[in-house]
Amino acid sequence: MRPVMKTALLMLAVMALPAVAQDVPPDTLVKNVTLEVVDLIVKDKDIKAGSRAKLVAVIEAKVLPHFNFTAMTALAMGQNWTKASAEQRKELTEEFRTLLVRTYASALAAYSEQKFDFRPLRAKATDTDVTVNVRVLQPGAQPVTLDYSMEKTANGWKVYDVIVGGVSLVANYRTEFANTVRASGVDGLIKDLRAKNKSLEKK
Amino acid sequence: MTRGHLRTALLCLLLVSGCATVEGERDPRDPWEGFNRGVYRFNETFDEYVAQPVARAYVAVLHQEIRTRVGNFFSNIQDLLIGANNFLQGKFEDGVNDWARFAFNSTIGLFGIHDVASDFPGLEKHNEDFGQTLGRWGTGPGPYLILPFLGSSTVRDATGTAVDWAVQPVGEVRPIELRNTLYGLYFVDTRAQFLEASRILEEAALDKYVFQRDAYLQRRRSLIYDGRPPREKIE
Repeated sequence: MRPVMKTALLMLAVMALPAVAQDVPPDTLVKNVTLEVVDLIVKDKDIKAGSRAKLVAVIEAKVLPHFNFTAMTALAMGQNWTKASAEQRKELTEEFRTLLVRTYASALAAYSEQKFDFRPLRAKATDTDVTVNVRVLQPGAQPVTLDYSMEKTANGWKVYDVIVGGVSLVANYRTEFANTVRASGVDGLIKDLRAKNKSLEKK
Repeated sequence: MTRGHLRTALLCLLLVSGCATVEGERDPRDPWEGFNRGVYRFNETFDEYVAQPVARAYVAVLHQEIRTRVGNFFSNIQDLLIGANNFLQGKFEDGVNDWARFAFNSTIGLFGIHDVASDFPGLEKHNEDFGQTLGRWGTGPGPYLILPFLGSSTVRDATGTAVDWAVQPVGEVRPIELRNTLYGLYFVDTRAQFLEASRILEEAALDKYVFQRDAYLQRRRSLIYDGRPPREKIE
């Protein structure tokens, strides 16, 4: 396909997305995306053989659009978010996003063989901030809870935190971020995150 | 482990922890960070050179099917303690559920190696221990504490572990060799179950010590509220 055509098609697809996503209730969205991704993971030969790059690519394409990474980074930064410049915020979000996608990809791959139990949403139709509860059923062990904190935006529902077995991913980075910022500033944190992502790329 | 070994291990521990210093502000939840980091390093070394290689070999040699049976066997014994802790927490329905699981799995499930109870609707596995029971009745976690070989804990949870360990029935198994084999198998099987999780932790953390500590404290808080802790407002 000619590059111009490709770009045009891509733009069309991007424009069409929000219109569709907007109408999907948050619990249905989580269910559909999870099942679709797990299905892809299980069926893909390269991922089965351990291709991290392909796994990350799947997550980027299917899961990423439903996450609000700026909100996640802001929450993990806490008070320090106000200290960061617009440029720093952009870089932080970018690096944190890369790290989270990798972690999320690893976790999902580890659970992909298990059964998922999508719990009914306990929220009013007018709520704009909800938690979608999913449970991963494992034989001989207590189910692992997977909770998605989601917020309603103009572009549909967006995830701003994932809570695995009672552990909020965003909250768990708060102390680490605060320690690093105290020791070496916001730029130090960006540097650390970048180095971390670099070291993971090699694996 | 013999007395002599234990003494050597403790000595090593003191040596590593002696030089541990902490920079920056202290976390109020972790006043003994210097000591903890020392034990942490000792545990990491032990894990890297002993526990992990053994667990990997165990996974490589034994088929998943058999490992699941081993896990089920110990999980079944734990259901006894889980039930007792549910009773102590006043959750009688859950306690009955746990002991019903134990009854089913010990008989139809052949000494627990088959988890038949989980196929019954409503007979779901729970997660309880004496540390949670203490927490349920209002005991705070106290300072964070890393235990040699066992890892993350708090003063409250370490007390709980000691109590659970004192009353668990495997200690009564004789001959001693069989009991020790069961203990060994239990630790190897448990480590093997967390191989994947520890790899993810390794990838996700900037400072593994801090990440693991915060995850542990969050997880314990959630468990005490049975997965529904009051929502903490994160600003």
